Amino acid sequence: MCLAVPGQVIETKDETAVVDIQGNHLDVLTTLVPDAQSGDYVLVHAGLAIALISPDDYHEHQRIMQEIQNYAQRALEQP
Amino acid sequence: MQNSPTRNDADTPTAESAHLVKLLHRLATRLHPRHINVMEVCGTHTAAAQAAALPALLPENVRLISGPGCPVCVTPAAFIDQAAHLALQHHVHILTYGDMIRVPGQTTSLEEARRHGAQVSVVYSARQALQIAARKPDKNFVFLGIGFETTAPATAVALAAARQQHLTNFFVLSAHKRLMPAMQALCSDQALAIDAFIGPGHVSVIIGSHAYTDLVARYRRPCVIAGFTGQQMLLALVHILTQLLDNTPAVANVYGSRVSTEGNRRALDLIAQTFTPADTRWRGLGVIDQSGLALAAPWQTFDAAHAFQLPQPPDAEPPGCRCGDVIKGLIPPADCPLFARRCTPDHPIGACMVSREGACTAWYRYRRSENHHA
Repeated sequence: MCLAVPGQVIETKDETAVVDIQGNHLDVLTTLVPDAQSGDYVLVHAGLAIALISPDDYHEHQRIMQEIQNYAQRALEQP
Repeated sequence: MQNSPTRNDADTPTAESAHLVKLLHRLATRLHPRHINVMEVCGTHTAAAQAAALPALLPENVRLISGPGCPVCVTPAAFIDQAAHLALQHHVHILTYGDMIRVPGQTTSLEEARRHGAQVSVVYSARQALQIAARKPDKNFVFLGIGFETTAPATAVALAAARQQHLTNFFVLSAHKRLMPAMQALCSDQALAIDAFIGPGHVSVIIGSHAYTDLVARYRRPCVIAGFTGQQMLLALVHILTQLLDNTPAVANVYGSRVSTEGNRRALDLIAQTFTPADTRWRGLGVIDQSGLALAAPWQTFDAAHAFQLPQPPDAEPPGCRCGDVIKGLIPPADCPLFARRCTPDHPIGACMVSREGACTAWYRYRRSENHHA
């Protein structure tokens, strides 16, 4: 129920977009992400796109992971 | 033969995860002898944690508790009976997300009502429900609005479209809920001793990370928003333990830029325009103030409860069922006397076992081989 899945916008229409999710083309409402364009990545939940996500998301995630580990390392080094 | 799902490759420990686990253990050792209870409030986190065998990887003084984050699990039993009543007595066609079909109500389930002639269909979206209703104007349709702030906007969009199209046969029976009041209620419960929360990634996309600020400011609990892999949850746990060690509780987000501070403004506006907070019962938890999303006054003509004058039956748990204690994290599923005996995924008694993301289902699928009395 909680899960949203990432997909790529193939085609935009008035209130919806065709989104490629792992090879499946779904008709998705774009009410919450009206600026979504073809080629953009979106998070889709229950037929509704809830956020735009960037291809850099993955790289940002890696960066966050490293930061947190550094943070934890520093906390452990405190007496 | 048990349908045991294999663990997803993406969830099995990688070198990176192994490193996080080591870090976690070092942090936990520094916090020892303190016992740390971290609650996740998302059904998908429950399932992800079990699939990644997280509980077995955790330090012995750190416990991960599955909280009331499965909207199917916390839908009151009486809601199911109301839906069945609508179908059987008012000849309404019920449209619902699939995971509600087998949820046991007080006296029946939608699946059972269907066997008695009720029209009940599964839809994957509120929009699909609306399209079905629009195609059959001579039949009344009621869409069951289940879910937190991630899902409520979709219901709001469907209602707006119903109004625009002047539909008179489309209704919503709302059991939508707000996550934050439940988290605050859990914080206030002295018996629970929750030290920190892992925040649900997708609800947070909608409500924004600032929604957790009060939990930190008032209750001094770290809140770390995470995505839905075991690795994300390990990362969140490392972050939480670091905050506890440093005594710097804060809101943090390891799910990346898809979660902003302010959330999705459009979604929040839609929710505010369509729903009004209401005191609502959570299955197993009782009534939590302002935790429900009832249809606001301008939408009353689409409110099934209003349109069909549904009575509000008193709610009660099935005898022996301890879903409430499981949802609060007071007991593990295996400690419920019904678990794996009378209550199994094939024959569920409580909602925790019906939903694929319920704590009991997850435990049953991934941990039943452990040495519990089940």
